[in-house]
Amino acid sequence: MTNTAILRKKQIKQNIWISISYTFALITVITLCLLFYWILRGGAEVISWSFITQMPQQNMTAGGIWPAIVGTVYVSVLTITISVPLGIGAAIYLNEYAKQGRLVRMIRLAIRNLSGVPSIVYGLFGLGLFAATLGFGRSLLAAALTLSIMVLPWVITGAEEALKSVPRKFREGGLALGATKWQTIRQLVLPPAIPGMATGAILGLARAAGETAPIILTGAAYYLPIIPHDIKEQFMALPYHLYILVTQHSETATVRPIAFGTALVLIALVILLNSFAIMIRNHFRKKNELL
Amino acid sequence: MRPPGLKVVNDIGQLNNVSKKKLTQKSFVTNINDYLMEKVFLLLGTFAIFILALIVGFLFREGMDALREVGIGEFLIHQSWYPSSSDPRYGALPFIISSIMVTVGALTLAVPWGIFTAIFIAEIAPKRLKEILKPVVEVFAIFPSVVLGFIALVVLSPMVANVFNLSNGLTAITASIILSVMALPTIISIAEDSLNSVPSDFKEAAYALGATKWEVVKDISLPAAKSGIIAAVMLGFGRAVGETMTVLMAAGNAIDMPIREFLGVTIPDFLTSVRTLTANIAIEGSDVAWGSLHYSALFVVGIILFVITFVVNLIADILINRQRGAMRND
Repeated sequence: MTNTAILRKKQIKQNIWISISYTFALITVITLCLLFYWILRGGAEVISWSFITQMPQQNMTAGGIWPAIVGTVYVSVLTITISVPLGIGAAIYLNEYAKQGRLVRMIRLAIRNLSGVPSIVYGLFGLGLFAATLGFGRSLLAAALTLSIMVLPWVITGAEEALKSVPRKFREGGLALGATKWQTIRQLVLPPAIPGMATGAILGLARAAGETAPIILTGAAYYLPIIPHDIKEQFMALPYHLYILVTQHSETATVRPIAFGTALVLIALVILLNSFAIMIRNHFRKKNELL
Repeated sequence: MRPPGLKVVNDIGQLNNVSKKKLTQKSFVTNINDYLMEKVFLLLGTFAIFILALIVGFLFREGMDALREVGIGEFLIHQSWYPSSSDPRYGALPFIISSIMVTVGALTLAVPWGIFTAIFIAEIAPKRLKEILKPVVEVFAIFPSVVLGFIALVVLSPMVANVFNLSNGLTAITASIILSVMALPTIISIAEDSLNSVPSDFKEAAYALGATKWEVVKDISLPAAKSGIIAAVMLGFGRAVGETMTVLMAAGNAIDMPIREFLGVTIPDFLTSVRTLTANIAIEGSDVAWGSLHYSALFVVGIILFVITFVVNLIADILINRQRGAMRND
């Protein structure tokens, strides 16, 4: 074979493989577009102000999804309220106090393992510990505690990244002036890290809002057209509402449009939270590059 | 618009809010505080270990009744699950097989899909296209699983029923397809990371020797990123096997063994309704009587699931570390 023939063969082979990669990347984009298209097409016709703000009526075949929205907001805010202080504390220990060694390795191993535990196993754990053993029952509190353990690895990782991005000179400056370690952390390291920690917290919030499996076991209610007044009450939640409308309801065909509307509201909420978190992160990054 | 120089001053200026007096104030109280805070953070830092131990301990504590009365053997090899009959049976084998089937099916789709997409993003796409594709992958990752399950149920299952001529489209293959979408972002992002971690001198050397772009990808980047890519697949496996809502909504949830005879050989049947380990916990866990044998049996199912994901994630972890270590040595 001549040199040019070899080269041409190489070229053809390269073109084939690159086309294959290109096709798969294209499929990825098309899949995403299709997912959005299906949800928007189904959801657009039912979505309205009254759909969002009304109580469900007639066993959920009519009316809106207001209690599910409120329930989701309650449970995710409660989740974050519990997990953020714990997560930030753990991140401060790992990034500021801990010396590299066996303990830190064990902590990191535990965090990675926690992030790999299936959500339904968290649900079982929450059911057994919070709902049954500690006597919280199936409730907002039990669900939020379960979810906060589930999002803890993400909150810790986010907070650690925020702390890492604070320049070393801040710590060195504080200590050189004779401040104690805690004074340095409290007054010099934490303030610039707060936006980054907020990003992590909001990402955790979005995760908690979209999660279904743990709350099935620990407190979501099938049909409860009231707003919960107490953390010991059960609650409706958007993802669980969607699940029961599609699979558990006696007239699944009648409630199909409502299900699409619920899916649209849920995905919109999650995307909104994520974009908000990314906005804070980008703003924060730009600022830190200048420091 | 402020000039950038001024912005720097302002940002550094936030340090002006720190008063030197407050920062360096020393008293008995500040010293005690310093000591106490260190202990508090040590406690919070070790919290993750405590929680993991608590989860493991708790699964075993609650599952102990069933383990003692039924025995782990029945869970692992018996083929029927009748928890509420007068002669209750707790064979989780159909669930284990279903979980593995659905996951392997999902990976069969997601691995080539994810790896080629990762190759495209990391090696082939021009920078502008890269900037579009990366957020696309991130958006996949934030889709709540229940929404994907919903799509599988209303859009995908009629298609599957049509294509394979079935009366009911809620089958293992439907679940596999939608699960592949769930596992996709994990596989893409980790595979892409490991492709990016391949030192560029490797590639430049190959180009200098006259290799084509694809030869560089195939002979340099992919082999160098191998353990990272295998780790991506393992993590995708862990994610898919532990996923609940999509399979719960898409797989139909029949409790029989998902197998059939084909030319005298028993093969897994992807065109039948299956119930995975996760789906079984979700279905029965919401109305089971607390403290009953059935309740305890669900925790044993949870233990099986935990062990599977734990082992898979551990292997992935070791592989990722190996990849990092190898790249560092080079």
